[in-house]
Amino acid sequence: MTSLDTNRFAHRHLLDIARLGAGDINQLLDLAESYANLSRTPDKKQSILRGKTQINLFFENSTRTRTSFELAGKRLGADVINMSVGSSSVKKGETLIDTAMTLNAMHPDVLVIRHSDSGAPHLLSQKVDCAVINGGDGSHEHPTQALLDALTIRRRKGRLEGLTVAICGDIQHSRVARSNIALLNIMGARVRVVGPTTLVPSNANKLGAEVFYTMAEGLKDADIVMMLRLQTERMQGSFVPSIREYFKFFGLDKEKLKHAKPDALIMHPGPMNRGVEIDSEIADDLNISAISEQVEMGVAVRMACLDLLTREGK
Amino acid sequence: MTAPFALTNAHLLDPATRTEGSGGVLIKDGKILDWGPEIKEGTLPDGTEVQDCNGLNLSPGLVDAHAYLCEPGKEHRETMATAGAAAAAGGVTTINAMAATEPVIDDPALVELVSRRAKTTCPVNICITGALTKGLEGSEMAEFGLLADAGVVAVSDGQFAIGNINLMRRALAYSKMFNLPVIVHAEEPNLAAGGVMTGGQMATLMGLKSIPTCAEAILVERDIRLVEMTGARWHAAHLSTADALNSIRRAKAQGLSVTAGTAPHYHALNDLEVGEYRTFARVSPPLRQEEDRLAVIEALKDGTIDIISSQHLPQSADSKRLPFAQAKPGVIGLETMLPVSLRLFHNKDIGLLDLLHTMTVAPAKLLGLDAGQLKKGAAADLILFDTEIPWQVDGDSLKSKSKNTAFDGHLLQGRVKETFVGGASVFKL
Repeated sequence: MTSLDTNRFAHRHLLDIARLGAGDINQLLDLAESYANLSRTPDKKQSILRGKTQINLFFENSTRTRTSFELAGKRLGADVINMSVGSSSVKKGETLIDTAMTLNAMHPDVLVIRHSDSGAPHLLSQKVDCAVINGGDGSHEHPTQALLDALTIRRRKGRLEGLTVAICGDIQHSRVARSNIALLNIMGARVRVVGPTTLVPSNANKLGAEVFYTMAEGLKDADIVMMLRLQTERMQGSFVPSIREYFKFFGLDKEKLKHAKPDALIMHPGPMNRGVEIDSEIADDLNISAISEQVEMGVAVRMACLDLLTREGK
Repeated sequence: MTAPFALTNAHLLDPATRTEGSGGVLIKDGKILDWGPEIKEGTLPDGTEVQDCNGLNLSPGLVDAHAYLCEPGKEHRETMATAGAAAAAGGVTTINAMAATEPVIDDPALVELVSRRAKTTCPVNICITGALTKGLEGSEMAEFGLLADAGVVAVSDGQFAIGNINLMRRALAYSKMFNLPVIVHAEEPNLAAGGVMTGGQMATLMGLKSIPTCAEAILVERDIRLVEMTGARWHAAHLSTADALNSIRRAKAQGLSVTAGTAPHYHALNDLEVGEYRTFARVSPPLRQEEDRLAVIEALKDGTIDIISSQHLPQSADSKRLPFAQAKPGVIGLETMLPVSLRLFHNKDIGLLDLLHTMTVAPAKLLGLDAGQLKKGAAADLILFDTEIPWQVDGDSLKSKSKNTAFDGHLLQGRVKETFVGGASVFKL
């Protein structure tokens, strides 16, 4: 742990991947790697963040991301407070900025925010004195998800550079896709997006991803197959006619997976819709699925983010 | 292996290759073995059965891009057998059946059922257009992918326009993945709501709620922009107004993947037909005023309109024997599509090859069918017809189960003499 203490992180907030450089990402991943190892030991509690206050401000329901951030903060010894929409004054009509000012007056050291509006963390970061971590904003970015995905890939494949990564499903509405496209491009991976024409922005190539509308083409010789969740409200005739049609053409099963490399790794940010975007047979196969490891790396990556963003002198 | 069969001494007309001249067609096992001027007595293989056509026109069978067969579910109006008989008598060898059956063809299982039933009961070929929205309700996109796998050639809500522009946008984008053409009823539904005839002097005089002609152009313009954005294949089933046709003209000049169709009643009739509140002249879109009818002919002449289809829509006598506004729209047309359209030839508006093009190659191309042309190896779907023979339409003697023709009593010139499907004669006058 101590070897990295002198390292300063070049950013005050973690709002999106797009503004990070390869050096920043490697710094986060290296530190996260050490936290991942630490988390596997019996004595995992640290005191690096003792006396620091972390507020998790979740305007959108989330169990896994909130829990992951909470656990990360607690493992580092921070005082963690969870605020969710239901119990906040947002319901009483308070604006995001008013909420921010109120929280700021309590002198937190780090705010983790999730919001259904793209750009909400940016707005918040302009109004508070502490570090802000984007825990997912609208259809914009989910930077810690991309980092945990990168860490998972790096551990399994030994590198990111030169790998072919196919991101499949609802690209249009996915913040996970945007963060991953950005990160993988920065790190020199080849990115593809695969999905129905209604769910893949036709200009995705401008973001640095090759666009495919069939799994056979999109998965061809892929090293990594990253499946995205399809929201229920988009399945019934609005963007996609039905679950059975979506699964037939875009659900990941053994047959479609044959197009990828034989040692291809399957990932999913969760929560999964079994039988919609992914077949259980694949999701539960520990030899090819990294889905559990992604969750584990999530805590490690968030520990690294909290650590780096709260170091003195920031 | 059956013996070869030859149609000789015919006047060949093949719009695809723009061939016109004397010759014949040699058929074996239901397929065209060869065709051209060389097919005549003396050049044929031994044992060939020969039919002398006595100089009659011999062309590919017609492909009707838009018809309602009513089976399953509305058999009191039409069945595949009766529609098939009408088609054969009208020279139509392939019918593109719309999804407006009961239940609606929005499920792959139904596509299979209908295809199988057509093979056993219908004397002509049937291809199927799947629903664009589930239940033709205009709210949720149907399963284009599964329908395409089951064999549909296009998707359409038939007579119903899609009012929801977001739905249309997504449907167009989605259809592109399966290369399915989207066939639309181009009429802005809010503007057309409750209207029963075209806006104009007649409607005002008769006191009937009318539909302005711009209802067509507005929807066409809207969709053209969506086609521009999505790159999907889009076809307007039955255009009837000068405005909308001008929009199509511009879109084509722009190179967009749009095609347009019309029906015989839009180039042959105008809103005067509705006089005396004739419900058999109630169609959707409504019959237009004379200047629009002339614009339809103009658009056929310059190729803005690619396709003439029958828009065959059987209605029972009960649903037509009502006050005009309560009567159901629609006319039958399989049997009269060619004879009525031959008026354009007789009036020297359009040459015979160009006219046939709109009912053979053009619809076949839209629907991705290997039909509508004289081609070695293709199914021997052929018609023999006379352009001159005069006859009077008698609604009751037409072969459709429903008799709602708009041309009852009309004098027509030209008629199909014999129709072949897969080399077998299915109709002979």
